[in-house]
Amino acid sequence: MLEENDTTLDTLKPGEKARITKVRVRGSARRKLMDMGMVAGTDIELVRNAPLGDPMDYNIKGYHLSIRKEEAKQIFITKL
Amino acid sequence: MDGSKIKIALTGNPNVGKTTLFNALTGSRQHVGNWPGVTVEKKSGNVSYKNYDIEVIDLPGTYSLTAYSIDEIVARNYIIEEKPDIVIQVVDASNLERNLYLTTQLMELGSEILIVLNMCDIAEERGDRIYIDKMEELLATPVIKTVASQKKGICDLLDKVIEQKEIKQYHGHEIGYGAEIEEKILEIEQVLAEDETRDSRYPLRWISIRLLEGDSNVREKISDSPVYDRVIQIIDSIDQEEFEAEIADKRYIAINTIFPQMCTRANDKLTKSDMVDRVLTNKYLGIPIFLALMWGAFELTFAFATPFMDMIDLAASWVAGYVSSSLQPEWLASLVGDGIIGGVGAVLVFVPNIFILFFLLSLLEGSGYLARAAFIMDKLMYKIGMHGKSFIPMLMGFGCNVPAIMAARSIEDEKDRLITILVVPFVSCGARLPIYVLFAGTFFGRQAGTVIFGMYILGIVIAIISAKLLRVTVVRGKPAPFIMELPPYRVPTLRTSLIHMWDNGFMYIKKAGSIILVGVVVIWALASFPWGVEYGSEDSYVGSLGHAVEPLLKPLGFDWKISVALIFGLVAKEIVVASMGVLYGAGDNSEALTERLMADPGLNALNSLSLMAFSLLYMPCVATVGVIKKETGSWKWTAFAIFYGIIVAWITAFVIYQGGVMLGY
Repeated sequence: MLEENDTTLDTLKPGEKARITKVRVRGSARRKLMDMGMVAGTDIELVRNAPLGDPMDYNIKGYHLSIRKEEAKQIFITKL
Repeated sequence: MDGSKIKIALTGNPNVGKTTLFNALTGSRQHVGNWPGVTVEKKSGNVSYKNYDIEVIDLPGTYSLTAYSIDEIVARNYIIEEKPDIVIQVVDASNLERNLYLTTQLMELGSEILIVLNMCDIAEERGDRIYIDKMEELLATPVIKTVASQKKGICDLLDKVIEQKEIKQYHGHEIGYGAEIEEKILEIEQVLAEDETRDSRYPLRWISIRLLEGDSNVREKISDSPVYDRVIQIIDSIDQEEFEAEIADKRYIAINTIFPQMCTRANDKLTKSDMVDRVLTNKYLGIPIFLALMWGAFELTFAFATPFMDMIDLAASWVAGYVSSSLQPEWLASLVGDGIIGGVGAVLVFVPNIFILFFLLSLLEGSGYLARAAFIMDKLMYKIGMHGKSFIPMLMGFGCNVPAIMAARSIEDEKDRLITILVVPFVSCGARLPIYVLFAGTFFGRQAGTVIFGMYILGIVIAIISAKLLRVTVVRGKPAPFIMELPPYRVPTLRTSLIHMWDNGFMYIKKAGSIILVGVVVIWALASFPWGVEYGSEDSYVGSLGHAVEPLLKPLGFDWKISVALIFGLVAKEIVVASMGVLYGAGDNSEALTERLMADPGLNALNSLSLMAFSLLYMPCVATVGVIKKETGSWKWTAFAIFYGIIVAWITAFVIYQGGVMLGY
């Protein structure tokens, strides 16, 4: 059901905004991500990468949330 | 006059000023302990107000009340099982939306809720407007504004608590999850209700929702129920992942509907905190600043503490000397002097380290930088099978393993924390340096520096290999996902840091202290008995023990004297040096000791290298063993740490010594 222009969260560049379409993460991380506000329909912006490139610092629901690329790869987005 | 009692529980997301509010409420009247059965810290305190005696319980800070972490389970079990009169959720006014997610879950627990809107000053400064009346109306709970760091609003809060206790009417609004989910909730509720032996403290609706979300902890709770199979049947009939997402989604939708009515947020302009972050987590500046801060923290913890530690050491030996010379008979003098006072000294000597460490950690955490430190180091740590948060404990290990293991407390995931605790002892602490200095200095001449540096590298390498090894054997699995809030930078409150320092320092003395004391006295007894032998001589039990283990240590190139010194090293590793002094009859004179060591045909560069490696890696000192027991809460893991260390040390020393012999050294 994914649309053409859907991509994953790890491809976002600093300053770019997107809307979450699907969270495909499995296991306990899924629960935690949802509790932290990573649900479909939410807007998200990449603020910056960590100095070593990973993890990433995202702005979501007005606060900063940091996750690894590994999880970001399994979160689908539509760029805004 | 005995006032009425009220029991309130503080809950809320991490970094919302919950601890600051707790401290503002209870002041010095607090009690720190552990929640039963787990290592999560439990804080409670009392406040007397208007003829009421109010007991305040500080629940662990959580983002949610699922079974994701022990903290969450502890918090929700307390609310459900102990039924506090009022559950106060501390909410960060500048981050209302995410905070309300927890509110939606609290409301399902069926307790009296009161919302404390904290840090209003920051929200207002940013230009946010929050409409309290509207918020009270929409959430159906009272809302009180506070600035806990300035003790503003505390009396209003207490007045409201008393009022609410008398009225008892606020349960908040529960969320509707839409027809499909509600139908399943109802279905499960009906089946559960048939079980008349069920724990009535748990609301049926809550259990049903939790089960639909795949909560294993709740599932286990009802596993004895006669209706268990039927409940599971219902749950198995749904697409659980889909339901889980849908439920979280509905909560956020509910929040999104009410949120704009109670708050207008200022435009996304760059906050001060964002500007600070541009520098502190900058691609180029981030790492140098991080290293400088860590160096500073390390220096303060260890260099600054050294004079205090020396003073404690001096005082302990002065008291021991005084007691030894004034007590009769001689064995009693020795027991009190060398044994007990020596043991108390061994406990107290770490107190300056631990106090400073916890003070600094609290400052780092309160300022928001601790989260950035993990953010910066995570990639590196992840590569070696650890979590970003493991970095600071590992670093502190170079000073002393005792506070390092205590610093591992900031790691939430049990496995990540356990691995950190188990590998920290391989990081070469300050107490091992004198051993290297003595042996490398004696046998390696101008290469001594390189050899000592090599020992530090060896410790790091063994720690990394061990972390990887533990990950594929006894502590299976990958490091926990890194899903972490980077909280806004704030000026930490001094009071909170001081209380944090005092609580943890005191906990160390109380909990780890007893084990250390016992360890020291046991070693004293081994060195003093049987009756009448010279302390620690060949005829004492420790001497016999040295002879007994000699065959085991022979392949490493050690004779009985080294074995005895290593046994004494269990008290504190630097004692290996002092013991060698006694065994070689050189006392405190280091030049004489160096000469005698060189003159001993049983010692050479090769077995001293093997000895240094062995001293680095073998069983952690009793103080470290004491904190491992305290922090893991398990004798099993403590025993594991001891035996694993001994085995690794033996293998490493064996490879060095036998390898050297084969190569003809």
